[in-house]
Amino acid sequence: MNTLLNVEDLRVSFPTRTGVVEAVRGVSFSLGQERLGIVGESGSGKSQTGRAIMGLTPQQAEITARRLEFSGIDLLKASVTERRALRGNRIAMILQDPKYSLDPVMTIGRQIVETLRTHEKIGKSAARERALDMLAAVQIRDPRRVYDLFPHEVSGGMGQRAMIAMMLIAGPELLIADEPTSALDVTVQLDILRILDRLVIDRGMGLIFISHDLRLVSTFCDRVIVMYAGKIVEELKASELAQAKHPYTQGLLNCMPKIGADRHPLPVLDRQPEWLL
Amino acid sequence: MTPALSIDKLRVVYDDFVALKDVSVTVAQGESFGLVGESGSGKSTLLRAVAGIAPVSSGTIDVSGKRLGKLRDKEFYRQVQMVFQDPYGSLHPRQTVDRLLLEPLDIHGFGDTEKRIQRALDEVGLGSGFRFRYSHQLSGGQRQRVAIARALILEPSILLLDEPTSALDASVQAEVLNLLEQVRRDRKLTFVMVSHDLGVITHMCERLMVMQGGQEVERLQAGDLATRNVAQDYTRNLLVASEGFVRDA
Repeated sequence: MNTLLNVEDLRVSFPTRTGVVEAVRGVSFSLGQERLGIVGESGSGKSQTGRAIMGLTPQQAEITARRLEFSGIDLLKASVTERRALRGNRIAMILQDPKYSLDPVMTIGRQIVETLRTHEKIGKSAARERALDMLAAVQIRDPRRVYDLFPHEVSGGMGQRAMIAMMLIAGPELLIADEPTSALDVTVQLDILRILDRLVIDRGMGLIFISHDLRLVSTFCDRVIVMYAGKIVEELKASELAQAKHPYTQGLLNCMPKIGADRHPLPVLDRQPEWLL
Repeated sequence: MTPALSIDKLRVVYDDFVALKDVSVTVAQGESFGLVGESGSGKSTLLRAVAGIAPVSSGTIDVSGKRLGKLRDKEFYRQVQMVFQDPYGSLHPRQTVDRLLLEPLDIHGFGDTEKRIQRALDEVGLGSGFRFRYSHQLSGGQRQRVAIARALILEPSILLLDEPTSALDASVQAEVLNLLEQVRRDRKLTFVMVSHDLGVITHMCERLMVMQGGQEVERLQAGDLATRNVAQDYTRNLLVASEGFVRDA
């Protein structure tokens, strides 16, 4: 398997008035053409890991790594221009809530075309055709109508499809999806995952799926990384999640209410100070 | 015994959009009743109509045998309290926790405020160290605890819970659900709880109603979901979806 992404000892820290906050503390993994899940609670550093790879970390933050390499390019040494050329073109990112991450004053079609024309020399009408095809590929039934709609005129599921279309139009090799379905209804959630799944398989992309939903990730991804307080506490095959060894992973799995299980009160996470080490 | 809440053919209309189509529900005293459905199903609208923050166009709502009119008296607002989904949006950003908890007490003329505030914070598992903090200094779970404390401080008999844990991490969700069960037991409260998560609803509620498009789809006992004793395809789909992603072979 080709390795697409190599991350070794990635650290992201934010200087604040009260001292340095270390959001990511030495994360290492590599990614091929596969679906990798990163799971953790809020504040575990999962999103900051994704953002560091994408190059979207706020300026005041400090990023260090022994290695942060995307298909042979050293991302830490790359210039701002080089990073920008990668971003949206070879590495793309889907964010959580289409309500906030689509431009509210631009039609969906124009946004997709803008992305495409930033990265490719392509005529206006050809770009429009490509955008319409892409909208159809994410299973929007009436692409022509949706093309001319504004983000506030579509539902959450539709908006998320539009965002996926926008992110995939330049044909990225690596897709980072940061909680792509958390704002959606369960049934819509599965539709979106099915679309992502097919696109990943058909195009041979690498996918990093960041989520707090352990159940969803374990059914969707090949491999799962569990993060706690900026560190990886466990890495396992998604199919072997039930055999998780770390008490944190077990606790996360255990504390969800399950249909048919009569557990009152629910078991809660008993956070151990040594997990932080 | 008079039911805690009795809703008959309730209809809510926003301009031309009918958000709730003649839904009837009766909730007994001390019961925990769940409403499940996807966005737009009308589940939150039903709660908001009871709370008096949705435009009711026809139908009736009775709380403890008393018919509610358009204008509700003070006693109603003491007796029925609501906890909202987003703990970041439901607390005043420029008021300390102390101030937040004092306001309802002031409005309803409760004495003994000092003790009550302290007791309310203790009850939701926040020590007095949290009392003079602002909401931005709290985590999501802590904020939701403050919201629950604010609801409980007036000693209500009915709690309306609109997705109280869906903005929280799974581990924090477990803590908040346990807290809610605890206070319900201690104070013999009636719950009406809205959630899109079937697992949460079956955990918290004895009976539930599945909703879609502003209408009732079916009514179930919590046990029915575990044994798959459901009549409607819509419910079955929700059940399948709640199990996670299945790759087509």
